[in-house]
Amino acid sequence: MRREPNFLAVERLPALDALCRNATAAMLSCALLLAAAAPASAADNWSRIRPGLFQNRAIAEDTAEMIELVTPVRAEDAAVVPIAIRTRLAQSPGLYAKRLFLIIDNNPAPLAAVFKLTPELGRADIETRVRIEEYTHIRVVAEMSDDSLHMVSRYVKASGGCSAPAGKDPAAAAAGTGKMKLTLERTPELNRPLLAQLMIRHPNTTGMAMDQVTRLYAPPHYVKHIEIAYNGKQIMSADTDISISENPNFRFYFLPRQNGALTVEAVDSNELSYKTTLQVKAD
Amino acid sequence: MRGFRSAVIMLWCCMGAVMPAAASNGALPMQQLAPGMFVYLGVHEETTAANQGAIANIGFIVGERCVAVIDTGGSLKNGQRLRLAIRQQTALPVCYVINTHVHPDHVFGNAAFVGDQPVFVGHQHLAASMLARGEHYRRTLARQLGEPAASVSTMIVPTRTLASELTLDLGGRLLQLRAWPTAHTDGDLTVLDEKTGALWLGDLLFERRVPSLDGSLKGWLAAMETLRSLPARQVIPGHGAPSRDWPGAMDRQEHYLQALLHDVRQAIRDRKTLAETVPTAARGERAGWLLFDDYHARNVTAAYTELEWEN
Repeated sequence: MRREPNFLAVERLPALDALCRNATAAMLSCALLLAAAAPASAADNWSRIRPGLFQNRAIAEDTAEMIELVTPVRAEDAAVVPIAIRTRLAQSPGLYAKRLFLIIDNNPAPLAAVFKLTPELGRADIETRVRIEEYTHIRVVAEMSDDSLHMVSRYVKASGGCSAPAGKDPAAAAAGTGKMKLTLERTPELNRPLLAQLMIRHPNTTGMAMDQVTRLYAPPHYVKHIEIAYNGKQIMSADTDISISENPNFRFYFLPRQNGALTVEAVDSNELSYKTTLQVKAD
Repeated sequence: MRGFRSAVIMLWCCMGAVMPAAASNGALPMQQLAPGMFVYLGVHEETTAANQGAIANIGFIVGERCVAVIDTGGSLKNGQRLRLAIRQQTALPVCYVINTHVHPDHVFGNAAFVGDQPVFVGHQHLAASMLARGEHYRRTLARQLGEPAASVSTMIVPTRTLASELTLDLGGRLLQLRAWPTAHTDGDLTVLDEKTGALWLGDLLFERRVPSLDGSLKGWLAAMETLRSLPARQVIPGHGAPSRDWPGAMDRQEHYLQALLHDVRQAIRDRKTLAETVPTAARGERAGWLLFDDYHARNVTAAYTELEWEN
């Protein structure tokens, strides 16, 4: 989303980030400033976010047969809230979901992820885990290949996921950064959507908790972009932000039409890139 | 809470000595477990204005020269009332304030002892965790106690840290401190009082109150295996009753953590997602633990996100 200037309305303010980083003594005031920089009223955050992303385009909300968003009603751990986007439509070349916007209204950076999808996925279902800073609506807006928009939302009770310290063992987390696990959920069959899971070892720090070593507010360090290709052809990409939990985890489908190589490349906010490949071979 | 309230009240009755901390200002009611060694047994509740955050076991040990405090409680008030209890027993100075780990119910009373100019002692990771989590903990405390009580309860970082072992001399009384690899948290510390063989375990041991996992499940089980081989005449858990049944006092917690390990590993092997695993794993362990519904799902989440990286 760094490439989408119209997202600026809800982005962190760079100057404020710098101020917080440099002012150790101003821990509390930084927290207050960050709070002030966020949209003022939780209730109407969506009305502030919407124009920047979708201008005045119509968004259909009668989408129960099209998309379902599965979340816990109450998040047990606000730093790791599992969510699932399930679509009811065949991801066919004639009509398919081309983008899924995952929005957490009351988070400091509400746009958690934008998934760019293709018919090569076979199914437009995505699961991931997010941080939730306070009680909030989570919503998914699906943009179809005919440019129509469809939205589903759920209310989740959770608090403190973004400002809470991310790591239970920061030393171990730092040591493993960049490790990836890409797995298939069953033996592949050709021409049938196949569920894959991508795990990336990454602190995905929000920049909202004080750095443990320097005692300063560290700049955020998070996975910002993911490209997924099958046999060299891009089948999906994602722009991701600090609302995605530590050790980003994604489950997605793809449609192997022949044996081949599933490749994932992730780039983080420090421009470090991580890559892994999985050979897919049907019985 | 909720359904547990009656159970908690029953527990108070059974323990006899412990009065509700509500709106109280005097010295904490202490139990003397050995000569010169005193503990306040925390209530099995979440922190509220009524209990002042006095939910963890905290205490002190008196030597010939000075006093060591082991954990200071969940608020400045909790620490102040511990300090009053010390003054009822001895006029010797407080030379050490030892924190067993970073959790707010164990460290937010530190500020009550700053005027005594003690050495604050903690695990080598403690200061970093306090700094990383302090503001979040303070905001949580503000929700629980109200702003005035929270704003005076500040994080005081250790002035002496240990990476493995450290011996403190209280005058004719040696305390052996040991820092542990990541277990309950990434900065757990235990204290052995040589004179009495009493081992203060901090939250490496929970009794009655369900354990909370904020470090490493496998690390915690490994630490418990090592702990079993340590000689101790009695142990003081971070929550629950002290015990002379050692290492048997760990059996119940071990059972819970092993069930968590087994069920979550099995779920991952069965390709169950995190969302599918949380409502099912180790639910059979619920009986007999207080606050199970408040912590268990979080423990499963922590276990899952650790164990999914195995292999």
